[in-house]
Amino acid sequence: MKVRPATFGSVMAAIACAAAYAWMPSFSIVPVAVAQQQPRQTSSFNSGKVRAPEDPAMVAQGKTLYAVNCQACHGPDLRGGDMGGPNLLRSQVALTDQHGENIVPIIQGGRMAQGMPKIGISVEDSNAVAAYVRSVIGMIGSQGRPPGEQKVLNIVVGDAERGRAYVAAHCSSCHSVDGDLKGIASKFPEPKMLQTRWVAGGASSTYDGASGKMTAEVTTPAGPKSKAETFKGRVLYIDDFLVTLELEDGTLQSFPRNGATPKVVVHDSLQAHRDMLPLYTDQEIHDVTAYLVTLK
Amino acid sequence: MKIKTSLLLTCALLSSAFAWGQQGTVPPESLLKPLSHSWPTYNGDYTGKRYSALTSINKLTVKNLTLGWMSQLAPGADASPANGNRRNQVPLITGGEGPGNINIRSGSIKGSVLAVDGTLYVTMPDNAWAVDARSGRPLWHYYWRTKGGTHIGNRGFGMWHGYLFMETPDNYLVSLDAKTGKERWHRMIADVDQGYFSTPAPIVIGNHVLVGTGNDIDAPGFLQSYDPETGDLQWKFYTVPMKKGDVGEDTWASLDAASHGGGQTWITGAYDPETNLYIFGTGNPTPAYTTGKRGEGDNLFTCALVALNVDTGKLAWYYSTSPHDMHDYDSAQTPVFVDGVFKGKARKMVITAARNGYFFVLDRVTGEHLLTSKYGMTTNWAKGYTPKGAPKHDPEKDATVAGALDSPNSSGTINWQPVAFSPKTGLLYVYETDSFTLTYLTDTDPRGSMGLGGKEEMGVGSAGSFLTAIDYKTGEARWRHKFYTNGIGGGGILATAGGLVFTGDGSGNLVAYNEVDGKPLWHTHIGQVSNAPQTYMLDGHQYLVCATGDMLWSFLLY
Repeated sequence: MKVRPATFGSVMAAIACAAAYAWMPSFSIVPVAVAQQQPRQTSSFNSGKVRAPEDPAMVAQGKTLYAVNCQACHGPDLRGGDMGGPNLLRSQVALTDQHGENIVPIIQGGRMAQGMPKIGISVEDSNAVAAYVRSVIGMIGSQGRPPGEQKVLNIVVGDAERGRAYVAAHCSSCHSVDGDLKGIASKFPEPKMLQTRWVAGGASSTYDGASGKMTAEVTTPAGPKSKAETFKGRVLYIDDFLVTLELEDGTLQSFPRNGATPKVVVHDSLQAHRDMLPLYTDQEIHDVTAYLVTLK
Repeated sequence: MKIKTSLLLTCALLSSAFAWGQQGTVPPESLLKPLSHSWPTYNGDYTGKRYSALTSINKLTVKNLTLGWMSQLAPGADASPANGNRRNQVPLITGGEGPGNINIRSGSIKGSVLAVDGTLYVTMPDNAWAVDARSGRPLWHYYWRTKGGTHIGNRGFGMWHGYLFMETPDNYLVSLDAKTGKERWHRMIADVDQGYFSTPAPIVIGNHVLVGTGNDIDAPGFLQSYDPETGDLQWKFYTVPMKKGDVGEDTWASLDAASHGGGQTWITGAYDPETNLYIFGTGNPTPAYTTGKRGEGDNLFTCALVALNVDTGKLAWYYSTSPHDMHDYDSAQTPVFVDGVFKGKARKMVITAARNGYFFVLDRVTGEHLLTSKYGMTTNWAKGYTPKGAPKHDPEKDATVAGALDSPNSSGTINWQPVAFSPKTGLLYVYETDSFTLTYLTDTDPRGSMGLGGKEEMGVGSAGSFLTAIDYKTGEARWRHKFYTNGIGGGGILATAGGLVFTGDGSGNLVAYNEVDGKPLWHTHIGQVSNAPQTYMLDGHQYLVCATGDMLWSFLLY
């Protein structure tokens, strides 16, 4: 395996997407040891933990021995094989092995009662296998993702003809194949991204608050000495208590909100897309994508 | 500890001692009282209601709330004093078993603050402070040298007499002396090499300190009980079957699958002294997005409410709120106890609004299922109900290669954030996030993936994000107040006998809503509120405290 330099970026990525608690991650990590030390590898699934470096020659030797002696049961990727050997990458024995103290005795026959045969290799070779197992464990991704490259899978499974009919029936009041949709498959050559973008209704899949696509009319009430007045512009900010517009002349204006006063009418070009979200079937989505990928 | 601080420390202790009276202790029996003047445990009291009896701040007076103080807490081994002024240097106590090669200088308060006798106790991962509740001035800072583990949040302290208990990302239970911040002992509660990392707030019940842990790779979940005095392990309860004959074994294809099946104990539960049962929610099964070798069963006790006898750690009952979960919709939400009438019968109930978009009412003595409703308006991952009344997952909405349009996204209709219940209105105040996501299967290996791997999730928008008030008797939403965000509103909710519901609104406001109709009555723009607002009484004034990241805010009524 390649030994990666310590990447604290990966630590931050792991933190940012940690499972249940993806709430406002705001960390800056100071790599104290990095400057004066040789590159060290952190395991991204238990972020921050620095793993001891493995001897590359031992890992290479262990890899060969693993293929000969272990692979049939534990699988070529260590995730379990056809002959019933458990997944070693989630094995607590393997995960906690530091220098062969857990793995070597098992190779040497320590678990025969549980069905693990004694493997006829020396202690030294067993240590090489343990080093190889640890080196693969070091490549487990954040949140326990298995190591290795992800295969690119074909997500285009729909019926383009049905998709064309759907677009004609549901999208043509705003969109046109000769207009804004022209060449959309060239603009988004990756079908997964194309599908995600069109379902989201545009470039931003994380639309939030005032996205730049919202406009509003704010009508201030008539006072004793003033008439009601309507302001129009792009919405820069909006919540229950404040709305800020960029007016047509480019100036900014904020209005305090108190319940229904002033009257605020928001126009959001994405609303039609959001309204569709509860209505789509997965088949409709896949059909439309199959059609859109033909619009090169 | 830095030099030159001893004089200050002495001053701080003297002045605090003068004002404290009780010297800041939490006798365990005091935790049985309803939430009022202090906030001595994660949810304030054992019921999970987060309903304060305080009424000074109410619908009429809330407009007079004013800022008492704000205090920025600086985490890290070498935190500089507030405003760069050395006179503000706080006594620093350092512990931990790490080599000292990781020093995280920023953090966020995402848990509960304990408020006891004029002192607040606050945590971030690896860091803890005592803070003067009158001024916001830190009294001591405890820093833990970590070995690693995911640093995503810490939910706060538990307290027993004058001792504090916190968990660390590298899985230690650390006990501090509340007065000085000095460490009494620490115990390893799980192994960081196995992927465990710990975020929960311990809860003290009698002479038990209950601690949960977390993990994302395929590892078993467990809850452990420690002796508050000695730190000895009293019992350990696994949330998945670990050996032949364990309850739930038949809901997994094999013991190997079960004992790698997850069910993590992320969130502090609730305790019923009458039955001596501790009731808590559990996390998702692993691998999360693929059935693989899990089998087609319910995968007990993942995504479930579990009731244990506190003294023995033995199972009393369980209820699966997401049987055979396929979306990482863990059920690690705070369960809430309600005593009331249900369908004409007086009941002791436990209710929960789960991450999967469904609301549940159970009898908390027996675990009998009473009601399920769908509170997420767009929730679409399930089709009908199981014979036990739980939502039945729709295999067509599992992650697919071509993408399944799922609502909510894997972050859930609600996540870890504490909810609140008012016995006066009978309403459970929750977040409702009606998000949509395309869930792509990226690992088609028949053995299943690992951990939270094997899928790619792409957000495609939201039908809305709300503060929602659920009538527990019907499971229907009485009202919804729409937030101007697609994310979850804030870090949790507080209800008070003053008729108010406090929470962040996702737009940087701390807001007081009318408990009856969700109309805002007061707000202040302080930034994204990162924990649940809390309240306490001090010197005859009612305080409201909340955090925005590393900033602690205290409002009060004069």
